[in-house]
Amino acid sequence: MTTEVSQRAGGSGGLRVPAYQRPAGVHPPLDTPAYRSSLLRAPKRPLVPLPHALTEVTGPLLGAERVSATDADLTTRHGGEPLGERIIVTGRVLDSDGRPVPDTLVEIWQANAAGRYAHAVDDHPAPLDPNFDGAGRCITDSEGRYRFVTIKPGAYPWRNHLNAWRPAHIHFSLFGRAFTQRLVTQMYFPGDPLFAQDPIFNSVPDPAARKRMIARFDLDLTEPEWALGYQWDIVLRGREQTVFEHAGQRDARGGR
Amino acid sequence: MSGAAARQEGRESEPAVRPDGVTPSQTVGPFFAIGLPWPDGPFVVDEGAPGAIVIAGRVLDGAGDPVPDALVETWQAGPDGRFSHPDDPRGDAGDDPRGVAGTVPGSTGGGGSPAARFRGFGRCPTDAGGRFRVVTLRPGPLPWPGGGTEAPHLDVSVFARGLLDRVVTRIYFADERDANAADPVLNSIADPARRETLIAIPEPGAGHGDERPAAYRFDVRLQGARETVFFDL
Repeated sequence: MTTEVSQRAGGSGGLRVPAYQRPAGVHPPLDTPAYRSSLLRAPKRPLVPLPHALTEVTGPLLGAERVSATDADLTTRHGGEPLGERIIVTGRVLDSDGRPVPDTLVEIWQANAAGRYAHAVDDHPAPLDPNFDGAGRCITDSEGRYRFVTIKPGAYPWRNHLNAWRPAHIHFSLFGRAFTQRLVTQMYFPGDPLFAQDPIFNSVPDPAARKRMIARFDLDLTEPEWALGYQWDIVLRGREQTVFEHAGQRDARGGR
Repeated sequence: MSGAAARQEGRESEPAVRPDGVTPSQTVGPFFAIGLPWPDGPFVVDEGAPGAIVIAGRVLDGAGDPVPDALVETWQAGPDGRFSHPDDPRGDAGDDPRGVAGTVPGSTGGGGSPAARFRGFGRCPTDAGGRFRVVTLRPGPLPWPGGGTEAPHLDVSVFARGLLDRVVTRIYFADERDANAADPVLNSIADPARRETLIAIPEPGAGHGDERPAAYRFDVRLQGARETVFFDL
């Protein structure tokens, strides 16, 4: 069912806005001490519930003006071919009711095949690739589909703990159609032996949710004598199925 | 080539299948500058647009040190309190983002102008000093779905290395005292000192001639005694 249920206006002349689901136990807790960078950055106080009103149910509808024709192929933007395993990464952006999210901006960034980012603060002693900058963007089609051609990123060491290595991953940034749907995440590759020791991957408490960050190798997407295919759907939260009551908010205001 | 291959599988003819659940968030990490900043990101409107205001500040960690690798994003209504978005039930504000310009306190009067390029969305990475800066228009007040009015505000997302999910806060304006006093979100925060963390402070100096400030300061404190209020969205 994809019935659109709206919030019912109290006394404001019929203003109705959709509410979005609040998935519990999916996103990593901000306070995850095993990820050392969180220690001084994760807020310590409880989050304050924010009802979904006009600012939250709208959002930037960024379209083709943010993307050029070559942005979805990370292997052809420089003088020559980047080194590494050429891959196709494709899938659909959906909401949690299975509805595609069309015409939405998808931005990615990643390390090169040697596990080195083209970024000044990356001091991993692995080679930069003059033919690879690691940035890509595209707009989903009418069925919510995106598609990138790139190079499989390498694993790389970091200093979170002794002998810490990040599993190979591609960073993804998504907008959806509402401020509530904004998502930044990472796509991982199947069978990576580094999952077990990675505090970022394991910061997601639910093992089933963790698996949703792992792409699936797909021989049907693989192009003969050219590139391996990976399939990964990204699911943004869908709309709430129940009426959202604002009475508590009115009470709070009246009590002041 | 492979787009055609994907279509041959006929997936689009399948009925919508409810996915297992949403995709979890992961940190933006230290290297997002490769892919996310845009040259025009901080400019919700052009710097010289009539009525343009600057909101600037710092992102600070629990030790009070600047966070030099954060990304601050803002989303807001136009000066008429409307969104160019199909889920604003009052209808499209149209090409002129100021709509009924002049009827909202602080709006900048009518007439075609460069302010027509109003994106509503701003994006600015912090610099080595943890500083960000967004140029925008003052948003209008909004009707609240339960009745009442939301004071002018911006929704803010902060992403950074060390944050496994974005943190969400709001920017209100110190010179909107009456509107702030009636705002349902501010009033859901019992402690006045905590509410204050959501209020942008006018910078001394130039205004617009209508005695409204043209520049505001807003710091984001991720931790500590004056930790910013962050919302569960």
